[in-house]
Amino acid sequence: MSDLRLLEAPRRHLLSIRDLSREDVHRVLETAKGMAASIDREVKKLPTLRGRTVVNLFYEASTRTLASFELAAKRLSADTMSIRSPGSSVDKGESLKDTALTVSAYDPDVIVIRHPAIGAAELVARLTRAHVVNAGDGKHQHPTQALLDLYTMQEALGRLEGVHVAIVGDILHSRVARSLVQALELVDARATVIGPPTLLPRGVEAFGCDISTDIAAAADADVVYVLRLQRERMDAGEAFVPSLREFTALYGITPERVRPGQVVMHPGPMNRGVEIDPRVADSTAALVTDQVRSGLVVRMAVLYDLLTVAVPAPAPVAVEVG
Amino acid sequence: MTLFVRNGRSDSLTLEGRVVAPVQGIDECLRITIEEGLITRIEPTGSSRPVLAPAFVDPHVHLRTPGREDEETIRSGTEAAAAGGYCAILAMPNTDPVVDTAAVLEALVERAREEAVIPTGFMAAISKGQRGDELTEMAELAARGAAAFTDDGHPVVSGGFMRRALQYSGLTGRRLAVHCEDLALSRGGHAHEGSVSAELGLGGYPSVAESVMVERDLALAAFEERPLHVMHVSAQESVVALHAAQAAGVRATGEVTPHHLCLTDEAVRSLDANVKMNPPLRAEEDRQALISALRDGTIGAVATDHAPHALHEKEVPFEEAPFGVTGLETAFSALYTHLVLPGVLGLETVLERMSAGPARALGLDEPRIEVGARANLVALDLDAEWRVTEDGFRSRSRNSWLLGQTLRGRVVRTIADGREVFAA
Repeated sequence: MSDLRLLEAPRRHLLSIRDLSREDVHRVLETAKGMAASIDREVKKLPTLRGRTVVNLFYEASTRTLASFELAAKRLSADTMSIRSPGSSVDKGESLKDTALTVSAYDPDVIVIRHPAIGAAELVARLTRAHVVNAGDGKHQHPTQALLDLYTMQEALGRLEGVHVAIVGDILHSRVARSLVQALELVDARATVIGPPTLLPRGVEAFGCDISTDIAAAADADVVYVLRLQRERMDAGEAFVPSLREFTALYGITPERVRPGQVVMHPGPMNRGVEIDPRVADSTAALVTDQVRSGLVVRMAVLYDLLTVAVPAPAPVAVEVG
Repeated sequence: MTLFVRNGRSDSLTLEGRVVAPVQGIDECLRITIEEGLITRIEPTGSSRPVLAPAFVDPHVHLRTPGREDEETIRSGTEAAAAGGYCAILAMPNTDPVVDTAAVLEALVERAREEAVIPTGFMAAISKGQRGDELTEMAELAARGAAAFTDDGHPVVSGGFMRRALQYSGLTGRRLAVHCEDLALSRGGHAHEGSVSAELGLGGYPSVAESVMVERDLALAAFEERPLHVMHVSAQESVVALHAAQAAGVRATGEVTPHHLCLTDEAVRSLDANVKMNPPLRAEEDRQALISALRDGTIGAVATDHAPHALHEKEVPFEEAPFGVTGLETAFSALYTHLVLPGVLGLETVLERMSAGPARALGLDEPRIEVGARANLVALDLDAEWRVTEDGFRSRSRNSWLLGQTLRGRVVRTIADGREVFAA
């Protein structure tokens, strides 16, 4: 096993936005555009990945992400199989390692994994010879979400460079915020994260973006990106805000808080009336369904890119030693 | 008597090389003759290799016995310690069952007399079941050989209970060693709270979760005029508190691990479960404060906090992995490679803080190189280069943060209590 690893070039994975270069991002977005043209045809299927296998390994509830990856693989004619587990690997008895090895025995080309624990995708990547795509690991990363958000912004605004995105809400618990801030930096867009002090992580300055606790900081943004309160990621008994009512009063996106010309995005699922006013969610400014459509073409592009584009793998993260 | 070892022969042998014994002010080329376990003659020689030093003392080892002998036994743990140059170690009581009664302690002492390759001491718990609410029978435990008292693995949550433990332990002549962690502040924490945890999304375990407890426990030790040993110090705020307490006359000592001296939370970016420890790897400012404290003696002891874990327990996503790494077999080489060779710490400082320093902090005999003393010596080949590999450990576990690294400087021979216990 270890001998094989030495002989083969390391596989490319998409575990984090940090795995991507500026060129990678632009290439994937360009490919996604081509995919979009293809799905407007009457026959939506492309033969590109015929004979390839994509396994979706989902340890966390997901509607849009799993559906989107399944459909993306099918539209490219890949064989696809989805394994869902209600709880974590631990609850189920079998370790993630054993599940990953079991799945790998079928020689899949890609394993897409969603898991509630940070580091799950990295672990699977170390254990398998397949390309691994991180479809969300705890509060860490959700790179395809960030890519589909970039794609959506580019389609709506005609550009990415210089675009200002205000990310509003529960930054602390959001893998979407972490991935998106890094992705925006790669395309020379600007980000401001906005939320109550208890939901901004200590050390958030390292994100390299603007930070505010005042919703007014969203006023001059081109995009207002709304995050829901991740109540399932908050430990029982830990209240980060005194009430949903006060959170909504301070940070909820109401029609009054949306300037003409601004667009509003949300990764879903939305809590209407909490972080986003239903009138905003249903307005023409909201790009929520565009994001879902983008999700399909961007995930097609990611699968295509991993399986057909020869790019040297990035160097593994070195352990820093003083 | 607080150290126990397998009964057996005492060796007669001769060693020569560059003897570095910082406490005794020796740094010269000498031949040491050992007869029946005692140093009988020390005389000049021409040979300068290897380096010979007083053997090491580790005040903080998890031998996982009783309860998790799959991870470590007294035999495997002491063999690992011997390979790391140690002549004495102290084992932590957070086993299953906890070492909180004379019966459990006596069974361990008996096993140590059968299995321990080097002298081994056992700390007993401060509180029954390490639950933090009822004192153990400290007087009896001390009489049966408990080396010190600690609830390591857990903090003593209640200030009132900690105060009572400080008072009562005065009966025993043994000190308390504390794991300082405010559980309400560290809850949900998997890494140092800072820019790295913010970016990775890992739950934060802030420095202040340690330092507020260090400050509380030092204040209580001052109030009760009792000595206190602060275990695995990781945060610069804790160093400041320790220094202030010592300046105010408190008999406070501290220990620091090789991993906190060599790594920062930047290493956590790998999401490798072998860089997950409690307390967590902290920021560069903390690491620098720890190095300075070790240099100036505020922290007088290096402790490995050797924490073996079964392979399958660490082969999980970072967030699900237990805390802890092994360290007995790599401590000297890690410090030599990462701190001595780059000129950050002197060889003498590292040798003193791995031997006399920890012995003093826990009230054990300091290993000395002098005629009439029991031989406790380590031979070090400073030019040796070796790679840390999974199959190279004597420990039953291999959850080392150094796997795959090439280190300089290697323990080549260990004499513990007059017996050769390791030869490369």
